[in-house]
Order: sequence, then C-alpha cells, then structure tokens
Amino acid sequence: MDPSAHRGEPQHAAAGTLVTLIRPPQLIRPPAPRDLRSSDITAEPLYWTRREWLAAAGLTVGAIAGLGGGPKTALAQQARGRGYGLQPDDKPTSWEDVTTYNNFYEFGTGKDEPAENARGFKARPWTVKVDGLVKKPGDYALEDFLKGARVEDRIYRHRCVEAWSMVVPWRGIMLADVLKRAEPTAGAKYVEFTTLYDPARMPGQRSAVLRWPYGEGLRLDEAMHPLTLLATGVYGRDLPNQNGAPLRLVVPWKYGFKGIKSIVRIRLTDRQPATAWNESAPDEYGFYCNVNPTVDHPRWSQAKERRIGEFVRRPTLMFNGYADQVASLYAGMDLRRNY
Amino acid sequence: MTWSAAWVRVRALSRPRWWPWLVWCAVLGPGLLVAAALLSDLLRDTRWLGANPVKEGELRLGTLTIQYLAAALAITPLRRWLGWNWLQRDRRTFGLAAFCYGLAHFLWYALLDLQLDLAQLGTDLSKRTYIVVGFAALLVMLPLALTSTRAAIARLKARWVKLHRLTYVVPVLGVTHWWMSVKADVGQPALYSVLFAVLLGWRWWHARRDNSLHATTTPARAGSH
Ligand code: HEM
Repeated sequence: MDPSAHRGEPQHAAAGTLVTLIRPPQLIRPPAPRDLRSSDITAEPLYWTRREWLAAAGLTVGAIAGLGGGPKTALAQQARGRGYGLQPDDKPTSWEDVTTYNNFYEFGTGKDEPAENARGFKARPWTVKVDGLVKKPGDYALEDFLKGARVEDRIYRHRCVEAWSMVVPWRGIMLADVLKRAEPTAGAKYVEFTTLYDPARMPGQRSAVLRWPYGEGLRLDEAMHPLTLLATGVYGRDLPNQNGAPLRLVVPWKYGFKGIKSIVRIRLTDRQPATAWNESAPDEYGFYCNVNPTVDHPRWSQAKERRIGEFVRRPTLMFNGYADQVASLYAGMDLRRNY
Repeated sequence: MTWSAAWVRVRALSRPRWWPWLVWCAVLGPGLLVAAALLSDLLRDTRWLGANPVKEGELRLGTLTIQYLAAALAITPLRRWLGWNWLQRDRRTFGLAAFCYGLAHFLWYALLDLQLDLAQLGTDLSKRTYIVVGFAALLVMLPLALTSTRAAIARLKARWVKLHRLTYVVPVLGVTHWWMSVKADVGQPALYSVLFAVLLGWRWWHARRDNSLHATTTPARAGSH
C-alpha cells in the first residue's frame, strides 16, 4: 500500500488538545486484588453503581438532545467523568468472558485455548525495546518502561473483526507518553509493534497459522492519539496471560486484532510496517482496520455485532463509537480502499 | 484363543438387541445436548457453550454435520472389513442425520445468528462464497433425504442408485465450505479432507477392482455398495 495514498499526515499537536477534551478527571477505583468471580462483577459491576449508570444515561441523553454531537459530546463525557464514550447500555463484560474468550493464536486458535495454554506463561521478567527513528532508543525492564507514566483505568468498547464485541475495563498507560519519552525524530511516520517470539513458551507459534512473531503497526498520529493505550491490566488487576500479559496495545476504534499482545518491541519507522493479518490475507485485512459498519469483511457483514453476554445483535458504530474523537484522523481518505 | 480365532468371532457377531438404541443415542444425543446447552446458557446464564453460545452452537452443528456424513460414508467399508452386514441399514440413519444437522445448522444461523435479517441472509446466500458452497451442500442433500424411504428406493430402482451417488459430492462441498470459513487455522478441515479422501478413495478403488473382476470372472457380488 502506498503511504502517500492517505492525506492525513501525522498530527502530533492535535493529540494535546484532545487529551484535555476527553481525559476524564477521575479514575476508576480498582477492586481489591483478590480473586474475582463473575458473580462479583456481572450482577453489580464494581465500577459503576446502578445510580451512576442511570446518571450517566441521563447525562448522555441530555447531551445528545441538547448539545448535539462533536466536541460537545466529548465535553459531556468529561462532565460524566468516566467511561470514554460509553453508551448507557455499555455494561462491562464479565471477568469470566473477558478472560476466557480470547483470540491469541500464540496460545492456540480456539477461543478458550489461550486461557488454558497460557496458564504457565511467565510474563516477568520482561524487556521492551524501543528503537528505530527515535532520539532515545533503549531496552527497558518492564518496571522501568512503566515508570513515570500515569496508569489509568479506562472502559472501552472492544470490537472483534469476527463481529462480536465486549466492554472491557482496561488499565494502562497512554502510548503517547511512551513515544514522547523516546522522542521520535522528524522522519518517524509509523510505529511498529512486535510480539514475543518464543515457541517454547508460546506453543501456538510451533504451527504456521500466521507468520511469527505477530507484528502490528499504527500511523504515528494514531499511536499518539489519547485514546490509544498500552494496557497492563483489566478489571484493576495485572493482565492475565491470555489477554496479552504483560503489555498489549488497545486501539478502541480499530478491530481487536490490531491490539497486539505481549509486546517486546516498539519501533518507529518512516515506512508502513507489515502486519501479520495483512500478510496472511491482504484482501481481508488492510493496514487500518478501523471499525466500519459500511465496509464488510469479504466473508461476512460488519453492520452488526453480537455483544458477548447478549442475544440480540447490535448495530456496529462507525469507528466503534469513537468517531467524534478519531474521524478527523482519516479526513479525506477513502475508507473503502483503506480498510 | 488365537488372534485369528478371535477375529472370526468378531466377524460372526450379529446385531445386538441394544444396537438400535446406541444408534439413536449417537444420532440424537449431540443435537439435544447442543439445544439444551443453548437454552441453559440463555435462560440460566450457564456457560456450557462458552462466552458466545450462539456462535459456538452454530459451529458445533456444522462440525456434527460433517461428522455424520463421515459416519454414513464409513459404514460400507466398516461393514465389509468387519463382515457385519447388519450395519448397512444404519447408513441411511446417519445420512439422514447429516441432513438434519445440516438443516439445523442453517436454521440456527438464519434464526439465532442473523436473527432473520433477511437482507443479510440474501446477501450471504448469494454473495459470500463459503455460504454459497454450504448452501449447495445442503441443497444436494435435500433430494437424497427425500428419497431415503423404502418406497422411494423401490420406485426409483436403478435411478435411485444413480441419484444417491450425489452423496459423494456432499463432503467435498462441506469441507470446502469449512475450509473457506476459517480465518487462518485450517487444521481441522484439513484433517477431515484426509478422512474423506480415504473414504471416497476406498470406494473408487473397490469399484475399479469389482469392475475388473466382473470383466473377467463375473462373480455374483450382490449388493456390494
Ligand atoms: C445454507 C447452508 C449453510 C449455511 C448458511 C452455513 C453457514 C455457516 C456459518 C455462518 C458458519 C460459521 C463460520 C464461522 O463463523 O466461523 C459455518 C460453519 C461451518 N459449517 Fe456451515 N453452513 C451451511 C451448510 C453447511 C453444511 C451442509 C455443512 C456440512 C456438510 C456445513 C458445515 C460447516 C462446518 C464444519 C463449519 C465449521 C465449524 C467450525 O469451524 O468448527 N455447513 N457454516
């Protein structure tokens, strides 16, 4: 794909203003680190009491009716203080579902296999390499990598390319903070991510279902976007192995497979990086992979999705409901071609 | 008792009284379990079919369809190898089961997965190649199921045999449909491809051998298939 085909050039500056617009002032209180069971969470989410849900619902409806969309909706979210664009009926998916229904082919291609096969995986010690077009490259022990970055809890919608979705309470740091610290040079246009390659520890890598190690990429402005997270946890706890321990990417307006797991390398480049699924089936998976109900996967429709835990399918939202925050990144681009 | 004596005994086994029960359980059990699991998951919030019961059930029914097809096609070689001629009547049962599970798989998909979104059903059935192939497999099975009665066999005679050669097309379509439906891991469909290649290859090899035998010595080999 020709990088000049898109007009949206990386815009570092824009990210700053967005941060103030949508970063919620208040963090979510994590549950005490103990064994969570779904009965603890599903019936009465630890995160939001029922009253808070109702209040949020009222505010959102009010905001939409009274103020219209655009940045004002973001302001309304700020007023709500939480949730990053959650709709009133976006209830966090249960801990059980979030941690047993996973696509993580490094640990097997079945949805329940990662939870099974990643059980003995040791995610510490862990080293993350930051290199490429940066002024300050380095190999960081995970603890040093996270040092100084603000850890936040954020509840995001998560839309898989297979037309199912979840609502996940992530914990993590903003990728932008990490990149700023590394000081990208003027030539840096893209960020390339690489998963650990270790077939002894990741048994799925012993069969060639995808090219290993898994690789993903973002345009620099996407990577700098304040919604883009490097997650270190879910539900206030460290990431379970099957969810990509100890460090994974979360880009809530893109299909889930962009959220590369168990990251060992972050490289800044001037060229669009190759990505695992694009290499595997280029006509099905492009570089951008933005959630888009109007552009079908060649083998199935993307117009609707099944929210895990629900029966009736929901309509899929443009950019997974984050259009207000991210649509401008793709202004003027043909999203049908840049799928 | 020597091995060969034991083998003679196994071959001499006649159809046990409980055999029909076993067959019925094998044919109905998995379907009832999937249906019960879905109901329980939806109504009582159990997790028998995992986090996404509608999708999981759809996949299970598809896999079961393939498995009953394999069972139906395995009957003749097994019967010959074991000398259990009484197995033959179960072939129809398993063939019909394959059709019923295929139909259930399709209805599950249309009613529970697409939730009767007719526009999408129309698009899928006409434009999405893997669905078209699955649909073709189901359509090919339909006349076979309809003509599986004793009356139809008697009425159609030689034409029945010809018509039912279509059976051999179904696994090819079914496995192709499966192969095309997976995202990356083609391990399972590849495995079943090998299985069906063996089952169909065996028939081809036998037909050839029988033909050459017919050509030379013409032994009376009644009802060999
Ligand atoms: C109109 C007819 C049919 C339709 C609409 C249909 C539709 C589907 C759909 C939507 C899937 C799920 C794909 C996915 O999400 O991964 C699927 C999977 C499957 N179907 Fe069908 N199908 C049809 C007929 C058949 C028939 C006749 C067979 C067998 C001969 C069959 C065997 C399978 C198998 C084995 C799978 C994959 C199961 C798995 O991945 O575990 N289907 N089909």
